[in-house]
Amino acid sequence: MAGILQTRGLTRTFGAVTAAADITLDLAEHSVVGLIGGNGAGKTTFINLVTGYLKPTAGSIRFEGREITSLSPRQVTRLGVCRSFQIPQLFDSLTAWENLLVGLGIVAHGKGPFRSALEGERPEQAADDLLARFRLGDWRDAAASVMPEGVRKLLDIAMAMVVRPRLLLLDEPTSGVSSEEKFALMDLVLPAIQAERTTVLFVEHDMEIVRRYTQRVLAFSDGRVIADGAPGAVLDDPGVRKYVVGLEDPRPGGAPC
Amino acid sequence: MRATSLQGRWLGGGGLALVLAFLALLALGPLLPKWAVFLMTVSLAKGLVALGLLLLMRAGLVSFGQGLYYALGAYAGGVAAERYGVGDAAAMLGLGVLAAAAVAAVLGLLLARYRSIFFAMLSLAFSMILYGLLVKTSALGSTDGFNVAPRTVAGFALDVGGGRYRVMVLAAVAVLLCGLGMNALLRSHLGRLAPAIRDNELRVEYMGASVRSAVHLYLVAAAGLAGLGGALTALAVGHIDPEMAYWTTSGEFVFVTILSGTGSVAAPFLGALALELLRSFAYEHAPNTWQMVVGTAMLAVILFLPSGLWSVFARRRAG
Amino acid sequence: MGDLLAVLIDGVIYSSWLFIMAAGLTIVYGVMRILNMAHGSLYALGAYTAASLVGAWTAGGRNPWASYPLLLAAALLVGLVMGPLIERGLLRFTYGRDEIVLVLVTYALFLVLEDAVKLAWGVESYFVSEPYVLLGTVEVGPLTYPVYSAALVAAALATGGGLWWGIYRTRYGRLLIAVIHDREMAGAMGVDVRAIFLATFTLGTGLAALGGALTAPSVSVVPGMGVEVIVIAFAVVVIGGLGSMPGAALGSLIVGMVRSAAVHFLPEVELFSIYLVMALVLAFRPKGLFSAAEARKI
Repeated sequence: MAGILQTRGLTRTFGAVTAAADITLDLAEHSVVGLIGGNGAGKTTFINLVTGYLKPTAGSIRFEGREITSLSPRQVTRLGVCRSFQIPQLFDSLTAWENLLVGLGIVAHGKGPFRSALEGERPEQAADDLLARFRLGDWRDAAASVMPEGVRKLLDIAMAMVVRPRLLLLDEPTSGVSSEEKFALMDLVLPAIQAERTTVLFVEHDMEIVRRYTQRVLAFSDGRVIADGAPGAVLDDPGVRKYVVGLEDPRPGGAPC
Repeated sequence: MRATSLQGRWLGGGGLALVLAFLALLALGPLLPKWAVFLMTVSLAKGLVALGLLLLMRAGLVSFGQGLYYALGAYAGGVAAERYGVGDAAAMLGLGVLAAAAVAAVLGLLLARYRSIFFAMLSLAFSMILYGLLVKTSALGSTDGFNVAPRTVAGFALDVGGGRYRVMVLAAVAVLLCGLGMNALLRSHLGRLAPAIRDNELRVEYMGASVRSAVHLYLVAAAGLAGLGGALTALAVGHIDPEMAYWTTSGEFVFVTILSGTGSVAAPFLGALALELLRSFAYEHAPNTWQMVVGTAMLAVILFLPSGLWSVFARRRAG
Repeated sequence: MGDLLAVLIDGVIYSSWLFIMAAGLTIVYGVMRILNMAHGSLYALGAYTAASLVGAWTAGGRNPWASYPLLLAAALLVGLVMGPLIERGLLRFTYGRDEIVLVLVTYALFLVLEDAVKLAWGVESYFVSEPYVLLGTVEVGPLTYPVYSAALVAAALATGGGLWWGIYRTRYGRLLIAVIHDREMAGAMGVDVRAIFLATFTLGTGLAALGGALTAPSVSVVPGMGVEVIVIAFAVVVIGGLGSMPGAALGSLIVGMVRSAAVHFLPEVELFSIYLVMALVLAFRPKGLFSAAEARKI
């Protein structure tokens, strides 16, 4: 069954290093999928490949049935795929409001001035809406450079939502955020995204977050998918526990951990 | 060189300042002595080049080669006027702008791919290529260049009583139109993209916009302005030579933009005026120190006033 | 045949001069990420200082053969005085700012130095032809060359060799490479980055001055002699790849040969053949011929 995203044999090597090896998967529409794996397992590489920042050495990527393998990030974004970054990518000298306005301007400009006018959009209103949805109202007139990390992460995700993507890839949305705030962030972000009926895939290191918020988990190791299924099953999978979580099998008979 | 906030009130203020200055110039102009008229005209012309640089700098690009378009505008307009008998000064200016913009449209295909030092050096290289060409072209007078006599504009003779007052008015009109136009551009979507591009090109691409297309457009706009400035300078000075394309000429324009900052469309003209005043004063009293003064001023601005001199005024107004 | 030989020899001579000019520029960029627009002014300072030293020496009717070490002494003097003066007195206040801001700072410095030279030495020309004339000429086939040019080539080779040895065979060189690759990491590992910067900039200044000192005997030393030099040195460095010493060598060779060919066969393009080469190289290799790989950003 073809879902919103399909990869077939997706591979990317850098000389002797294999960052992605033969990744084949289907993502169902409107699902919330978690992507776990140790450092260097290929999670960010996967996002970079899907969004066109990296070109695969082999394999193909289809979005909504359409071949997007060789497209650039700009083209992929225009088709409805967006992402957030491990290190938030913002316009540091601009305020939160201005950041969003630039993004909205780009989207409106891409659609052409007439269509945006027809659709009755006013970018200022849309910017304020986004700020409200992501609880960034207090930071409206603060320059992005002075924001704390958690706020920058939120703004980074809000920026990705500006284009109203149908597929959103979040790269470690809660990294750099304190453990108490992680859940609050996800409680805020996921509903805000799902209100737009967007399919979400997010990279995460915190297994509790993965367990609580995802319907399906993909486990990466050495560029390969080593497990794929419901959160409970994947997180208890011995291979995953060994290579991703870093624990030996803790079931009865084994050494206590 | 931090940009001001997009909502900077004094972006609008820059436009107002231009209109007021224009009216003041029209009112007081007839009273100005000849040297002041000349100084003013040259300042306005050179300010146009700096205005183009303002746009580029907002996008984070420093061009050390605007002299290319400055010279192109002058030579294209001058050749049209002197060799092909184009009688109308506005047409001459228009040709200068077109020539510069056309070359930028082509060079931009390459230049728009570069940033920072490479962009600066590549633009410098292109201007030096033109310089080399001009110096070796005897048909254009080689290092001596050639003279340009004032023309008419819509039937009005420009050189009335030898004072070139009307050339100044022509320059003022050009500056008013370009300044207000630039103001509008800076507040449009394309203009707001500039600081975003400067801050984070990757993000701009990931929002679906083409950085290269935007930069290409900026390059053409800046080139057109420089070409206009060059053609106006030719009219004002009455002479064109390859020195206009030399990289130190480009350096002067960079200095003016550094001095005036990127916050207001009126600032480049004040900066250009300051430079011209400095130049005439220095040439008279201390010809071997004026570069040193310029250099020191530039260092002072870079080290202590990164937003340019205009920020001093802005700060006072804001609070 | 004679033409080809002339192009070759002229090319080698010009390349040698270019290399001495480019080496200092590229090493300063490589280590400090500063493209020094004042490089030409330091070159001029070297030339003027050499002119003064040699002029004063030979005016007393003393042994002209001593003018050669005096040329080197001039370069050393300028390097050891101006290097620390500029680095400690100005540049260190600008580290951490955008690369292009540093270009503007060095451009402003260039403006200041141009007039400083005029104030110190006046606007007349200086001639110090003794070192040049003393060595006489040599015949190569149908052509006649000043032996001084061979000395220039030897100097370039010595410079290249010395730099190669210094970078790859000494402790200072290893520290240099560390700083070139990752300034922060090197600092974190205990490398005194500030001292490296000071030493490197002094070296770069000395090399620029050396170029000037070695050139002085063959030209008239005039104000503004450094202005053209800057752009040419830049072109060479950019072609070879900013920060790459082998790149500077290769770039010098390419530019030297191209210009020599231009002078002999197509004199009209001589002035901008260099920039054309630069534009062409950049069109295909955007960062120059030898450029460092860039780490992944996201």
